[in-house]
Amino acid sequence: MSPLRNRKDVKRTISAKREAGRLLEVTDLSTSFKTPRGLAVAVNKVSIVLERGKTLGIVGESGSGKSVLSRSIMGLLPKQNVVRERSVRFEGQEIATLSNSAMRAFWGTEMAMVFQDPMTSLNPVLKVGRQITESLHYHLDMDKKQASDTALALLKSVGIPEAERRLEEYPHQLSGGMRQRIVIAIALACGPRLLFADEPTTALDVTVQAQILNLLQQQQRERDMAMVLVTHDLGVVAGRSDEIAVMYAGQIVERAPTRTLFAQMRMPYTEGLLKSIPKLEQPSHSRMQIIGGRPPDLVSPPPGCKFAPRCPYAQEKCHVDEPPLIEAETPGHYYKCWYPVGTASGKEALEKNLAAGVTQAVAAVAGDAALVAKVEEEVTA
Amino acid sequence: MAGTGTAHMRPADETLLRVEDLVVEFPAGRRMKVHAVSGISVDVREKETLGLVGESGCGKSTTGRAIMQLPRPTSGRVLFDGRDLTQLGGNDLRQMRPQLQLIFQDPISSLNPRRRVVDIVREPLEVWNRGTSAARDETVAEVLDAVGLDMDSARTKRPHQFSGGQCQRICIARALVLEPKVIICDEPVSALDVSVQAQILNLLEDMKQRYGLTLVFIAHDLAVVKNVSDRIAVMYLGKLCEVAGPDELYTRPAHPYTAALLSAIPVPDPSATMKTPSSLQGELPSPLAPPSGCRFRTRCPRAEDRCAREEPQLRPVLSGEDHYVACHFPLIEAAEVATPVGAPTDVSINGH
Repeated sequence: MSPLRNRKDVKRTISAKREAGRLLEVTDLSTSFKTPRGLAVAVNKVSIVLERGKTLGIVGESGSGKSVLSRSIMGLLPKQNVVRERSVRFEGQEIATLSNSAMRAFWGTEMAMVFQDPMTSLNPVLKVGRQITESLHYHLDMDKKQASDTALALLKSVGIPEAERRLEEYPHQLSGGMRQRIVIAIALACGPRLLFADEPTTALDVTVQAQILNLLQQQQRERDMAMVLVTHDLGVVAGRSDEIAVMYAGQIVERAPTRTLFAQMRMPYTEGLLKSIPKLEQPSHSRMQIIGGRPPDLVSPPPGCKFAPRCPYAQEKCHVDEPPLIEAETPGHYYKCWYPVGTASGKEALEKNLAAGVTQAVAAVAGDAALVAKVEEEVTA
Repeated sequence: MAGTGTAHMRPADETLLRVEDLVVEFPAGRRMKVHAVSGISVDVREKETLGLVGESGCGKSTTGRAIMQLPRPTSGRVLFDGRDLTQLGGNDLRQMRPQLQLIFQDPISSLNPRRRVVDIVREPLEVWNRGTSAARDETVAEVLDAVGLDMDSARTKRPHQFSGGQCQRICIARALVLEPKVIICDEPVSALDVSVQAQILNLLEDMKQRYGLTLVFIAHDLAVVKNVSDRIAVMYLGKLCEVAGPDELYTRPAHPYTAALLSAIPVPDPSATMKTPSSLQGELPSPLAPPSGCRFRTRCPRAEDRCAREEPQLRPVLSGEDHYVACHFPLIEAAEVATPVGAPTDVSINGH
């Protein structure tokens, strides 16, 4: 069967089921890689739901599985040596089981991705215009004139000056920020309803980062498009997402509407991520608060809570029993911790660790002079 | 963005490293030149950290490399401990090198993937033939311990077996092993995650205390620079915009560009208002033909005719301590700079 016919068949089924359910519903998705040492579980039973036009922020360190998750949802991972389990429903249709040729109808038109590094995600030997019109020809059956007009309009909408000239240029003639705008234009070309932005600004300067994030937000609003914004910086998603999912070792460890997450953070890992961002308000030379150590080995993760070896709150129970993802008092707020931040039991656990001189606890509060003084006082008393 | 002024320079006998009127130009063919750095002057006191901040392409890395004489600057002086590095030839310059070290942005690509970590860190000692073999082992073990790596894994492992943050620790160890006076850190944390970034910043701060280092810290993120620096120089397109202490710079930015850089930093607070319009629009103009007068005028919200004609000089900010700005219309009042009689205007200097 030719991919073209296949695509049209799937299109028909999509339009029939349109508006039938939520835009994206991921249930217990697990993705593992077969390695010589064993199965590396990069995504471990992750469930997320995304409504139309909303933004979900996925936050975590390198190696927490956030990029694999977004690729796995889109079906972009190789089929060999990858085990993908359970369900991904897009517009009510199960897409986890579809073949690559069937997925082609979704890529570009229904869901698209903006990658981290604009230097490597563009083809260096094709003109920018050609790279944008490619998907227009393929998916929307546009002729040459229509496609180049659309490409021009797209370049203008992503804020590229002298758009006519840029169409005829190669990627190396453009700056990093411009290239990322081109990547965004390509992703938006066929009007997807779901955009994955995988660390879209990590390779860029702060000033350009602000421009690109504003552009994504503005395009999203204009097109009523849903977005999954993947980043390691909580500052990036703070003002730009409706909901945030924090990932650690392939699991979602905390998930909440953005404001709730920042106001009532429960997971020690989220707190650590937030505290390690250098803040302008702090006087210079203030000690940075850190999360010691590094993420666990995904082939043989520790039993119990995966974050326990690095956690300032960890007690014996944490090293043995894995906490479930439970709902907090606020609806829609889930966390995975036995001694959550901001509760009496969490506070008790932290103070116990500090008194016992547990290194990660001491390091975690190193910049917090008030807390250190308080604990020292208690210890001497 | 002028910054050809020297009002912010401190007396020569107080400073360890002194860059005077540094110019770096690269030929770009067809008689054109890339004006990477156009006459900047900065100085660093002993055990002080100077932060150099600006966007990609503003010449901050070139400045760092020119201090190391890699490549040699087109003109200007680089005084280290009273000796002008630009005048030193081959062997004399080589003798100075152990005292100045560089740490690069990408830790993984700046380490030789085929060598074991312990050999990488030990190599500078061997090149300089320092001490006996046993003494070298001891130094390497001590430095690796100081940066938080254990000797056993360093003895057997190669760089790809370490994470990005650990590779940056290896780079820091390699820079420290010769006990340099000055370390130039060229975006040492830009390629790292926020959590690892915090670890490396703490480590640099510890090493500075332990080894009595003088640092030049280059980065594009003002929040990072502010945290480590004693004095910050803001650069734009090869010129200086503003020089001030970190807390002064943050609380009272005088240059519109500094203010724009500050507003671009994402705030981890969902209720913070989005400063969309005030964030910087457009891109850096081409360094092949920089704008006349103030180089920032093409993107500046306060630019007027005068900015195109005259290049502003660095001048002290009134009511500010150790705070200098190069702007005709600063956000806070600055003292008038006395233009020397007969001094050529900058337009004619740069009018290629």
